[in-house]
Amino acid sequence: MTVLDSKIPDGPVQGKWDRHKQDIKVVSPANKRNFKVLVVGTGLAGASAAASLAELGYNVTAFCIHDSPRRAHSIAAQGGINSTKNYPNDGDSVWRLFYDTVKGGDFRSREANVYRLAQLSSNIIDQAVAQGVPFAREYGGELANRSFGGALVSRTFYARGQTGQQLLLGAYGALMRQVDTGKVTLMPRREMMDLVVVDGQARGITCRNLVTGDIESHTGDAVIVASGGYGRVYFLSTNAWNSNSSAAWRAHRKGAFMANPCYVQIHPTCIPVNGEQQSKLTLMSESLRNDGRVWVPSERQNDLSNAHNVPREKRDYYLERRYPSFGNLVPRDVASRNGKMMTDRDLGVGPEPDRLAVFLDFRDRIEELGKHVIEERYGNLFDIYHEITAEDPYSVPMRIYPAVHYTMGGLWVDYDLMSTIPGLFVLGEANFSDHGANRLGASALMQGLCDGYFVIPYTLGNYLGRVELKPVTGEEDEFRESRSDVNKRIDEILDKSGKRAKSKTRHTVLQLYRELGLTMWDHVGMARNEEGLKYALEKIPELREKFWDTVIVPGSPSTFNKTLELGLRVADFFELGELMARDALTREESAGGHFRDEYQTEEGEALRDDENFSYVAAWEWNGEGKAQTLHKEDLVFENVKLTQRSYK
Amino acid sequence: MNLTLKVWRQDGPDAAGALESHTLENVNKNSSFLEMMDLLNEKIMLDGKDAIEFESDCREGICGTCCLVINGQPHGKSLGVATCQVYMRDFKDGDTITIEPWRAKPFPVIKDLVVDRSAFDRIQAAGGYISVSTGPHPDGNAIKIPKDVSDVAFDHAACIGCGACVAACPNASASLFTSAKISQLALLPQGKSERSRRVKRMVEQMDDEGFGNCSNIGECSAACPKKIPLTSIARMKREYLRAVVSPFDAS
Ligand SMILES: Cc1cc2nc3c(=O)[nH]c(=O)nc-3n(C[C@H](O)[C@H](O)[C@H](O)COP(=O)(O)OP(=O)(O)OC[C@H]3O[C@@H](n4cnc5c(N)ncnc54)[C@H](O)[C@@H]3O)c2cc1C
Repeated sequence: MTVLDSKIPDGPVQGKWDRHKQDIKVVSPANKRNFKVLVVGTGLAGASAAASLAELGYNVTAFCIHDSPRRAHSIAAQGGINSTKNYPNDGDSVWRLFYDTVKGGDFRSREANVYRLAQLSSNIIDQAVAQGVPFAREYGGELANRSFGGALVSRTFYARGQTGQQLLLGAYGALMRQVDTGKVTLMPRREMMDLVVVDGQARGITCRNLVTGDIESHTGDAVIVASGGYGRVYFLSTNAWNSNSSAAWRAHRKGAFMANPCYVQIHPTCIPVNGEQQSKLTLMSESLRNDGRVWVPSERQNDLSNAHNVPREKRDYYLERRYPSFGNLVPRDVASRNGKMMTDRDLGVGPEPDRLAVFLDFRDRIEELGKHVIEERYGNLFDIYHEITAEDPYSVPMRIYPAVHYTMGGLWVDYDLMSTIPGLFVLGEANFSDHGANRLGASALMQGLCDGYFVIPYTLGNYLGRVELKPVTGEEDEFRESRSDVNKRIDEILDKSGKRAKSKTRHTVLQLYRELGLTMWDHVGMARNEEGLKYALEKIPELREKFWDTVIVPGSPSTFNKTLELGLRVADFFELGELMARDALTREESAGGHFRDEYQTEEGEALRDDENFSYVAAWEWNGEGKAQTLHKEDLVFENVKLTQRSYK
Repeated sequence: MNLTLKVWRQDGPDAAGALESHTLENVNKNSSFLEMMDLLNEKIMLDGKDAIEFESDCREGICGTCCLVINGQPHGKSLGVATCQVYMRDFKDGDTITIEPWRAKPFPVIKDLVVDRSAFDRIQAAGGYISVSTGPHPDGNAIKIPKDVSDVAFDHAACIGCGACVAACPNASASLFTSAKISQLALLPQGKSERSRRVKRMVEQMDDEGFGNCSNIGECSAACPKKIPLTSIARMKREYLRAVVSPFDAS
């Protein structure tokens, strides 16, 4: 028996959202101003939600850990955003985007959610254009498109290599407009440390003021968490330094189920690791695969200084060879796995001794189109590559390698984007909803903005219009206890009792964090197996203990203190990492980004087991030191036929 | 490589600050400047002292969080990069490097190298947007925008709001930051209907925050990690004049 009700409307998939909107409870404009909504996170999902809800009349308080909403990690998205506009007239449609996304996710997402996403995708472009987002244009003044992986049409809109920046600045502008009107109260430099649940409803949050250290209670009638993904559990990733799982994790500990935590996207084209002082990895956008060709030498070559001149017959363009139909634009999980396959065969071209890299080469396209065209398309990406590696990608092929990039897993939500805690909604990368086991490129921006601009403004009313909410002040036992728990955690990590001071070996947060990251990468990374996962399940709790026994977190709780911030977030990563390993071990199949060595086809592709694993794994917290309980939401496919995913 | 680092330490906005000297060994020349700072903090913390506070986030030059004055120059001496894009290969073994926060009255120091740039958010709230609400809008292609216009608008839209322009300006003027948004929106057809109101309110807010006047020195554009052109400020002045002289946007 499952306790999960996804509340998917009945009827054909094409009409579900429209019908649902008719059935949804609407809160009258006059009544909206009696509700207060707390929005945690001001990335694409949070900023678009906060602005749209305030426009409707709700009183919104928006929180972020950054000094300004504009710095949310969405700012870093490079390549683009999908939409079914079909401007190139190449046969795109809502159905095609829907199908591509379900297939791209290896048939592990909810049909109804994905269909809605595809339907709304076109509104997002219109919204952004109206806000003045400077998308790339053709000479005639119309919007330009390019292709992304897993699709055979050009449906990706972009703003040079800074699509996320421009979309976020659009949403940030909308948000600041509401700050100006007084409908949004902005709380920057606030970290949500806990969710407060009163009478089974999400009624507030406990925050740390990151400048003064004050522990504050904020009350509301609903809480929206849009705090981004948890890729930083691996330490090295393309995610920003401050990206974290804590807001979501703390909500999980208060009763929100965590869904599919093992689904992690490893992006195939990142700048390879270089040296042990490295703190993060830099993405080279997937859009580069429109013109770049991926290859390794057909036989191991010791001297790679002359790679540019390796003749064609000595190059293995392995993606074009293995996937003649999609070629270099296969989905990310497939491209990453193939890259790993090549380096496993000792054909890699990265730095010694591991040689972990493959080539991404623009030689042919530069010859064909001229350098200026490539520069116009990808100039800023080439500059970034040059800055970081000191190699000029116009004259030598780029070296790239997979890196952790995005997390498809997240807090479980129903069709209204509400979690298992009534009144707690989860948007953007923080929820699990639309991408199944693998996300297609340019679909995260689409989903975050769809959730914030076009879904939550409707579905929030469906909750607030139906429930009874008693007034809360922030002085109820639940709020007090929450504040006291947070203070205790802070005291403990700062070693107020002096217990750790006596221990002989001490470690910095970063030392312990790197160790966790490496364990996650080696055993819960690109390829997983039973033995490795069981090892991780022993190792992570050991590391967690070591963390709490030896970590050094100096400084005061009542000032700006980055080490304290990071320490608390890393402490949560230790708990999340363990759940990810457990989820990966339980899922005895391969699907999308979750690749188990034991379950693969003869050609090394992911082998699903639809009979036994066509479900969303949603984990329920049972308290400290106890294993979580697994709940299953069965996935029902009424519109697409489950097949072995093929990009040949 | 081995380095001597002189780092600004300051407990709070009203406290007196001072440079503190550190030596750091075995810095990998392929490390970024911020990774060098991480390494320094590791050493300081293992020695039982409090870490130096500095901020960063994306570490790839787009979020605008990092803000260090390196040897007297905001974001260091290389052109067109943010602090996080400075690499140690630009320094030599044995170098002494001075590291300070942005210095400008409207950017009070929070701690050490961290400053408060919320004044920028307030300037933005005063009109740095096109007033449209969420909802149905004309099809994206209904408004045609010539590619060259769109490209120039983009050059201004590229601002990351880091504040290096203010830190570099002897008058602590925020003109480059403010004018970048004004220029982007004035160039686009969608932004035309409120351009007078926008420029007036944003400039007023900028002045209220205590930023200085622009005296055409050009340090701002030279320090800008996104190379926002000085013509942006000229456009803002023109827009302002236009707004004062003929305040109707309907034209
Ligand atoms: C380098 C890179 C490139 C990418 N390129 C693309 C692309 O081209 N196309 C695409 O579709 N997708 C892309 N993605 C993915 C996409 O950018 C993200 O999935 C998406 O932007 C996430 O948006 P979000 O609003 O959910 O979260 P974020 O933008 O991560 O925002 C999280 C917000 O939550 C706040 N926050 C976090 N924790 C707390 C807390 N405890 N308390 C209070 N506030 C908190 C933060 O301050 C921030 O405001 C890319 C990702 C990366 C890393």
